[in-house]
Amino acid sequence: MLRLNRLTLTDFRSYAALTWRPAARISVLYGPNGTGKTNLLEALSLIVPGRGLRSARNADLPRLDGPGSWAVAARFQTQEGETIIGTGCEPGSDRRVFRLDGAAPRNQADIARIVAAVWLTPQMDRLFQEGLSGRRRFLDRLVWALEPGHAREMAAHDTAVGSRNRLLSEGRHDRAWLSGLEDSIARHAVAASAARLSLVTRLNAQIAAGAGAFPPGRIGLACPIAERLQVEPALKVEDWLRETLAANRPRDSAAGTCLLGAHRTDMRLTDVTTGTPAALASTGQQKALLIGVILAHAALIASARGFAPLLLLDEPAVHLDAERRRALWDVLIALPAQTVITGTDAETFLPLAGHAEALATGGGGLHPDGRFLRLQTDTTPVPAAL
Amino acid sequence: MGGPEVEHLIGLLSKLPGMGPRSARRAALKMLQQPESRMLPLAAALREAAEAVKPCADCGNLDSQDPCTICADEHRDRSIICVVEGVGDLWALERARVHTGLYHVLGGTLSALSGIGPEDLNIPLLLSRIAEGEVAEVILALGATVDGAATAHWLTDQIRPTGVAITRVGQGVPMGGALDVLDDGTLAAALRTRRGA
Ligand SMILES: [Zn+2]
Repeated sequence: MLRLNRLTLTDFRSYAALTWRPAARISVLYGPNGTGKTNLLEALSLIVPGRGLRSARNADLPRLDGPGSWAVAARFQTQEGETIIGTGCEPGSDRRVFRLDGAAPRNQADIARIVAAVWLTPQMDRLFQEGLSGRRRFLDRLVWALEPGHAREMAAHDTAVGSRNRLLSEGRHDRAWLSGLEDSIARHAVAASAARLSLVTRLNAQIAAGAGAFPPGRIGLACPIAERLQVEPALKVEDWLRETLAANRPRDSAAGTCLLGAHRTDMRLTDVTTGTPAALASTGQQKALLIGVILAHAALIASARGFAPLLLLDEPAVHLDAERRRALWDVLIALPAQTVITGTDAETFLPLAGHAEALATGGGGLHPDGRFLRLQTDTTPVPAAL
Repeated sequence: MGGPEVEHLIGLLSKLPGMGPRSARRAALKMLQQPESRMLPLAAALREAAEAVKPCADCGNLDSQDPCTICADEHRDRSIICVVEGVGDLWALERARVHTGLYHVLGGTLSALSGIGPEDLNIPLLLSRIAEGEVAEVILALGATVDGAATAHWLTDQIRPTGVAITRVGQGVPMGGALDVLDDGTLAAALRTRRGA
């Protein structure tokens, strides 16, 4: 179980100070654009390490007329009891820090072990039209929610790739140093690819088992490392990668970049019923495919880790027809995930009224909508964030 | 507040590891309130240490004698050299009492992104210590970072032709982990489970 008991924002984006205690497992935030709906989703997405659902730079996060420092703190109910995760920048510093129950965590994986979050944003409507880096980020977030160590694996891989690029670009052909870095690239790339492959296999099975109103998608990896892992033991793939990287030094040096590695992976998504790749499907069909993936993922994480990830759905109803909207609400009601959904009007979400709270955004605050669920909330004063 | 002397003191203190402006201010205030019992003894200790402590010409450890206490200790096993990144790692291993041989402090790791190459590290001295012939095993106790691993790989490549055994500390050191922040038990386990490189 993972429940958000309280969220506190301090000088974050459009919010000077906000304390929100969700009154239901599903919360709908509605209002015109620019009233702070997505800012609140973004705050929640930053509770897990990473740059959040807007891939924002630190400099963009503090409130414009604020002191420059900012904080987001979330109190969760987990299997192990209550825990508070905070993130932000302290005054006079532009380095984002984390707090876990008031202390600095040893590393970000400590936080990833407690919470996971998955999101869907309108920008992802173009996920299959744009460059592969967006798809890889999407894929890696899905993997990370299942495998908290995946982010460190990828970070180490990318550091090794960057270091090798640097040596090659400086013309520093130190054979032993390069092969040391290639050894790191090989080990981390194989570990990361194996984690991706495992996620994809399990997720495809989950999608196939739960096919409903959403078109069943099938995820594929365009990645020579993952392809080899399906037919060869991991140690052999590592050896192959080490040798290939060593042989590719002149080629990579000329290209100015490393042309083989876990950073080159692409993700494909295909509609199983029609065989249409997502890249060729209509916007509405693509959205439905992606929602199907995200809902199946939430169910997979819930069964694999004992808690469902936070589901952050920014404008999910756009591009969906009435039947699919109803199906989406049904799945959200059935899933055990803490869910926050945004939209421009409350009416779209009225079918959720008995299961969700709805809050109008605006004026730097949240305003409960009486047509939706209202539970008792406590009114004890809240200490400052972080 | 307190005049330029106090600001200067706080400025110097705040640059120490683990200190920020706030803790530096607290430390300065604490000392200033008891100059005779806290501040002057500290000033004397700082001067003494600064004048007496030097890097050991053999291993790179910091000590008031040269060769350092460890290199001069006749009871230590001179056939094993444990290579560490910094003096902090050496001290951590000594605290954990897990290594009875000698040490060698590299003074960093290879880092392409920070522009630190083999020529910036204390490597020639290590190779000449090995060439003297007394050494049978070199333990590479470098952090489990990409740069630590690359450095271990590089050193293995250099040392292998000499024929001495090379082992690497690996098990139990978390990925991305530095040695000097590990607890003694983890360090001991890491050294016990070293494997051939
Ligand atoms: Zn010494």
